[in-house]
Order: sequence, then C-alpha cells, then structure tokens
Amino acid sequence: MERVTVVGASLAGLATVRALRAQEFEGRITLIGDERHEPYDRPPLSKEYLAGTVSEDDIGLTHSDDAELDVEWVIGQPASSLDTAGKSVELAGGFRIETDAVVVATGARARELPGDCPEGVHTLRTLDDARALRTELVPGARLVVIGAGFIGAEIASTAAGLGCEVDIVEAADVPLQRPLGAEMGAVCGRLHARNGARLHAGTGLAELVGETRVKAVRLTDGRELPADVVVVGIGAQPNTEWLAGSGLDLDGGVRTDEQGRTAVPEVLAVGDCAHSYRDYTAGWLRLEHWTNALQQPAAAVAALLGREHSAPAHHSVPYFWSDQYGHKIQFAGHRTADCTVQIEEGDPDSGDFLALYLDSEERPVGVLAIDRARPFGQWRRKLARSR
Amino acid sequence: MILVGELAGLPPGESVRVQGEVAIAVFNVDGELYAIDDTCSHQDASLSDGWLEGCAVECPLHAACFDLRTGQPSGPPAKKPVRTHAVSIEDGVIYVHESTRVTVGGAVAEEVG
Repeated sequence: MERVTVVGASLAGLATVRALRAQEFEGRITLIGDERHEPYDRPPLSKEYLAGTVSEDDIGLTHSDDAELDVEWVIGQPASSLDTAGKSVELAGGFRIETDAVVVATGARARELPGDCPEGVHTLRTLDDARALRTELVPGARLVVIGAGFIGAEIASTAAGLGCEVDIVEAADVPLQRPLGAEMGAVCGRLHARNGARLHAGTGLAELVGETRVKAVRLTDGRELPADVVVVGIGAQPNTEWLAGSGLDLDGGVRTDEQGRTAVPEVLAVGDCAHSYRDYTAGWLRLEHWTNALQQPAAAVAALLGREHSAPAHHSVPYFWSDQYGHKIQFAGHRTADCTVQIEEGDPDSGDFLALYLDSEERPVGVLAIDRARPFGQWRRKLARSR
Repeated sequence: MILVGELAGLPPGESVRVQGEVAIAVFNVDGELYAIDDTCSHQDASLSDGWLEGCAVECPLHAACFDLRTGQPSGPPAKKPVRTHAVSIEDGVIYVHESTRVTVGGAVAEEVG
C-alpha cells in the first residue's frame, strides 16, 4: 500500500492521519477537507468560542509536531465521488486522486429547515456558522432556539450568559428524551428555567415570520415568539451523498464493522459518518460523539495496515458531555427504551447527582452525571468491565 | 512549600487537590508521588478527579491525558502541558514545592490499560 487518502479534515480525519504515522505507515497521505480552515475543535463552537472566551487559535487541532506527519493537504475542496473499483477520489473541481486506500471521515452536517429562510436564521456546525452567529448574539437580542437537544441547549446557555433573551422550542414533551429518557431529560430541561431561559416543550415550529429578516417564530400552538435571531438545532445528518454509486452501504451512515471496515476492501469509515458495529450494544450505531471521532481511527488504521491494536476497555463505552449554564453533564453507555433510572448519588432536584440506567435485568448499561466527574469516571470504567 | 497531608492518607491510586498559588493535584502511583497543576490546560476541569492510567492521568471531562512526570499532553484536546511540581516526604508527611514556570519534559504520555 503506497497511498492512503483520508476524506474529511476534522477530528476523525486528523486522528486518522496521526494514527497512520504512529502505526508506521510510510507512504503518501492525502487529507481532503471541504472547509477552508485547518482542523479545529467543534465542541467549543457552541460554548467558549461562541461566548468569545477562546479564540480561533485556541480551538485549532493541529500543533507544531504535525509538520512531521508529511501530509498533502487539500482543503477547501469537497470530494464529489468515490470510485471503489478504480480506487480513486474525485474532487468537486474535477481533479482525481488515485489511491490504494480510502478512509471516509466526512462527518455530519446540521439538519436544516426545508425551503428558504429569512436572514437571522442560523444552524451551528462549522466555524463559519459560529462566526456568523456570534456577531448576532448581542446583549438584549431576542434568540429563539428551535430544538432543545444538546446543541440547542448549549447555544441557549451561552446566549443567556451573553445577555440575550432566550426562548427554546421543543416539539417533544420533554427534551433529550432519546438519549436520556423522559425522567432525566426533564431534569436537564429544568436547567433552562433556572438560568433565565424559557423552554416551550410540546410545541413545534409552525412558521418563521419575517420578509427579508426574521421577526418572530410562530408555534404550532398558535403563539408567536418575537425573535431577532433564530438558531435551528434539529440534529445532524451524515455527509454520505458524495458516496452514492460507490457500492458502499449508506443506510444510516457508512456501514462498517467494529474496526471501521466497509464491505469494500481498503475502504474504511470513521467518526460521525460511520454507522459502525459496536460491541458495547451488540448492534450498529452512528455516534456523533467527540471521543468516538478521536478514538475510532486508531482501530481503523490498525485494521487497514494489519497491525495489532488494543484500546483501553472504557473506550468501547460511548461517551459524551455537555456544558450548560456552568454545569457539566456527562453520559456514558447506551440507553434503551426499557431502561429504568436509579439515582446513585446526590439529588436531581437540588443539583449535582449521578444516575444509573438499568436494563430489564437490572444491569447498569448507562451512567449520567451532573457535576460529579470523579464518580462518573469510575462508573464509566465499571460499565466497560461489566460487558 | 505546601503541606499536603500524611502519606498514609494518600494510598496508591488515589489523588488529592491542594491549594498553592493555583490548585495542585497530587497523585500516588504505586508509591511514587507526583504533583501537577490541577486545572486541565484544555478547559476548566479538575485533574485530581481524573483517572490514573499508569503514569498518566486522564482528564475527567474530555479525556485529555497528561504524563505525571512531565506534564505533557498525549493528544487532543489538550495542546499545552501542565506544570509539574516537586514532592517531598518528611516524617511521613507529604509536601509540594510549587514550580514557578512551565516544565517542558521530553517524554509524551501514552494512554495505557
């Protein structure tokens, strides 16, 4: 194998390149990214970067040692197709890169509302998105966030801290129901009211009001919320359209085995776009978790190069965090619909706590903590060992 | 010099946070004591709440790993090292000698286990 092409230049793509060199691949590496920026860290975009407390330099993912990676960078150019038979990647500009292996790390993008939106309506996924939103979140601005998921909740939290008037609209009766369940979703949802943001649950977006610039958000229950700025936080979808016709299984993301291998030899997928088999859940999951994008590439590269790879056991336990209103929310494991919640420490009504999710046989399969980082770390490892 | 406490109160695998000019985390790794700045160089997390993996500590929030001997991070999200501090034991009592500047070590932490 002489040339590996990594498509996607965010955390998973960069981690793939680093893993290739760490695992002694000496051939050519080409890294393709559709954004014109060098790799940067996305979690701060809804938090510290949006708040203006960290700079673009601070969130850069590359550092001086990366010069030794000897990578051909192709940034600002999306890939447009993958020829798995002829082993080449075509760029939107028409340029074709011949390669022996491809690692797909094209991530996900923010889901958008259908049709044209008036000005002042944002999504948040990229640095350019964050730059645009940041200029609008001035003190006193009336922000309406559509969707009380983690991104929406973090933006609401940051905006409230910046002195904006914040309303959050959530179509479900309780926010975060899918990842956390109704009981704990309600606990997290209460953080908004406690910190001066208004959560409107159980009502959806009917219409954005405003000709050129948004003026209000009309809800399905008939109410109208005045708005200077609207953020749409209704999830993300994998960037896999460019792979149409490649022969890869694209149902729910690029389907891979546990190591990130697709059904096509020498074509792998990692990070947010990968719909990978997970030992932890004994099934396929597409994870949009930061730690997955960081850690999955080392295993995929080992599989590609035929190397041994062993990761710490707790890396197999899906993990994410969210920072809202000064609180650290952490979740590890996987909640299923039949889980029950058991408060292990603290009190959800008064503040910090740790809760376990028990499956139908009362085995712990997930752990949620607010401001209890130390026992959370211990439980995450217990979950890994109990598998 | 900062008094940490009795050695017997910090068994292997445990950590404690003490206050110097800034907060400092002290770790007992199989009988060897190490001290580093407690606040993760990436974000506001307390490394004394982190997980010990050999001679490295994993930040409890975002999984940045730091080598306790050098303060160097092993990879993202942390890019900057944390300071390391000398530790001494006198008559069964642990003391930390706070450094005044960033220690730049050679080795880079590896996450193991």
